[in-house]
Amino acid sequence: MARMTMIEAIRDAHAVAMERDDRVVVFGEDVGYFGGVFRCTQGLQERFGSHRCFDTPISEAGIIGAAIGMAAYGLRPCVEIQFADYVYPAYDQIVSEAARLRHRSAGDFTAPIVVRMPSGGGIFGGQTHSQSPEALFTHVAGLTTVVVSNPVDAKGLLLAAIECDDPVMFFEPKRVYNGPFDGHHDRPVVPWSQHPLGEVPEGHYTIPLGTARVHRPGDELTVLAWGTLVHVAQAAAEETGIDAEVIDLRTLVPLDVDCITASVARTGRCLVVHEATRTSGFGAELSATVQERVFHHLEAPVTRVCGFDTPYPHAHEWSYFPGPRRVGRAMQELMRA
Amino acid sequence: MVRPPLRLRIPEPARGHLPPDPVPFISAAGEMRRPDLDEKVERVALMRKQLVRVLDPEGQAVGEWVPTELTTDDKVRGLRDMMLLRSFDARLLRAHRQGKISFYMQALGEEAIACAHQRALQPGDMNFPTYRQQGLLVAGGYPIVTMMNQVLSNDHDPLKGRQLPVMYSSKEHGFFTISGNLATQYIQAVGWAMASALRGDTKIASAWIGEGASAESDFHAALVFASTYQAPVILNVVNNQWAISTPEDFARGASATFADRGYGFSIPAIRVDGNDYLAVFAATSWAAERARTNRGPTLVEWVTLRRGAHSTSDDPSVYRPDDEVARFPLGDPIDRLRRHLEVVGAWDEQRHAETQAAVDAEIAAAFDEADANGSVRDGHTADPRTMFDDVYAELPRHLREQRDQVGR
Ligand SMILES: Cc1ncc(C[n+]2csc(CCOP(=O)(O)OP(=O)(O)O)c2C)c(N)n1
Repeated sequence: MARMTMIEAIRDAHAVAMERDDRVVVFGEDVGYFGGVFRCTQGLQERFGSHRCFDTPISEAGIIGAAIGMAAYGLRPCVEIQFADYVYPAYDQIVSEAARLRHRSAGDFTAPIVVRMPSGGGIFGGQTHSQSPEALFTHVAGLTTVVVSNPVDAKGLLLAAIECDDPVMFFEPKRVYNGPFDGHHDRPVVPWSQHPLGEVPEGHYTIPLGTARVHRPGDELTVLAWGTLVHVAQAAAEETGIDAEVIDLRTLVPLDVDCITASVARTGRCLVVHEATRTSGFGAELSATVQERVFHHLEAPVTRVCGFDTPYPHAHEWSYFPGPRRVGRAMQELMRA
Repeated sequence: MVRPPLRLRIPEPARGHLPPDPVPFISAAGEMRRPDLDEKVERVALMRKQLVRVLDPEGQAVGEWVPTELTTDDKVRGLRDMMLLRSFDARLLRAHRQGKISFYMQALGEEAIACAHQRALQPGDMNFPTYRQQGLLVAGGYPIVTMMNQVLSNDHDPLKGRQLPVMYSSKEHGFFTISGNLATQYIQAVGWAMASALRGDTKIASAWIGEGASAESDFHAALVFASTYQAPVILNVVNNQWAISTPEDFARGASATFADRGYGFSIPAIRVDGNDYLAVFAATSWAAERARTNRGPTLVEWVTLRRGAHSTSDDPSVYRPDDEVARFPLGDPIDRLRRHLEVVGAWDEQRHAETQAAVDAEIAAAFDEADANGSVRDGHTADPRTMFDDVYAELPRHLREQRDQVGR
């Protein structure tokens, strides 16, 4: 075991993967010599050489397009998009190409790539450094979409993603890079070094894609969350005194339906929270899934707390962010229903 | 001071009523020098308004680009490849008229480019083609019946009816799966070539794009990456004068040629007579040799003419002049190679007629065989439940559940 931030855990996952499999190559903007603007690839070029970890021109379509070609050749590219907000120039390469290569060629060509993206707000990043576009990828057949919330999971899931034979969209909410930010922006964040999920196993391990994790067990209601909102939901449960079960979905597609339905069938109440905008967010998919499968167990309508349907505002970040007060209020209302 | 009102140049989209623009910058056969493999890009750029041509009007092969490594047998085989491809296209076009297939795209008039290119590559090299490079497969010896099965979307289609007709895929034959989204493959080819070099391999990639699709940003990304990493890739731009209804100058803009695109990226770029089989072979060999010897990417503009409609969904009579084919200065690729073989005494009327009969018979037999496997029209397709295969390496739960709903 070693104490790591999420950044260090991600760095470590890269190193473990690159050590085990010389087909793994890592690249992106400022990723090589400098080690990434969030330092997630620091030291890799020095250790593995510039044929394994290198910088690219500022062209997201180029990065993903080249990664697809490399994967078709037989490599295992793990690339970084500097901010998830900048993935859109590569959206066509992801949606029309990476996601469908295996299917359209009937398995002749595949695209086992990982696209890592720092995502989410809470860092005064304004509308172009704060987005959580995960739902845009969950809508695409052929993609696996992961959002991590802590160092232990980040390492195990990144290793699983790199070993996955299909393309994986890998979101890293940057607000939890250094600690389990719970939405109380006016208080200092507990560093990962003082949190059990900052105790990261050394060496190789994987966490299977498609498995959720019960972050906080509880009996009164189920909160479905991922990324930063896992910690926000936990804070809301503790502050309201409601014995909520907080499920960290970790992978949105494929979804761990059994974990969700078992919990909601027991609690009878379900709250879905996400930082991304509300309309057509992944919360809508979850609400539908829950009511399709465990409707008769529900004692209240499935409820959502999400980012508002506006661009992420710079000055009004904390009015926008679905923090513990909003989440807590929604829990209380659900309990009254 | 009164300033003039601002104005735009709007290229004329529909020229049906106008005589075709002459193809500019046509060199005589043998006129353009063959640059050294490591000739400075500045010097190659001086040739961007010339045209690599080997076959002169009489059918003689002349100049520095003559591919002396091609034997007469190779040339005969090249001619046969092109004839086979033309016959293949004609049969499938007829199948469309007969209502047996939903869609088709032919390479009529452009046969030399893919056929000669394929012959100049090595086994293991990877093409990233568009929908108009079926000649790569035909000249590469891919089974014709399998191509027809794909076009018919029948239950022998290796792609299981998942793709539109002509969107072939064959890793084994160095033919990357075709996308319906234009230009995406161009940067992927550069990535594939980068991977080959990262691994210290000896294989090269060949990227394909139509001149119209070169307007897409993936084209730019590909040139940047190819230039930055000096990737072992051939960047082909097939200038067949038309992108559906828009003439080539829409994508070219105010540049003189598509070969002009290379210099800004320090990528040597040449223009080649795409209807001259020997020039295509020679230029491909030159570009491939540059890639294989770590001299980096080469851009090649192949000048040709899309003689047919864009696809079976297109009616070019609305936008293109009637006499365009007759006035096209680069002639027909089959006629030109045939004439060359006749001039060197390796071919005559009778051999040509025999070969034509043989390729037509081969195509007819292949079509009969494929047709007997059925088609999408008569329901002889793969089991619909197979549409859930290959979405992921393993079938996830939600797809298993959805598969159970098929046909219910
Ligand atoms: C991204 C994208 N945009 C538009 C189309 C529709 N489309 C298909 S072919 C074509 C014209 C392409 O012309 P060109 O690149 O010159 O190739 P050619 O058909 O002449 O071989 C268009 C607009 C498409 N398939 N993909």
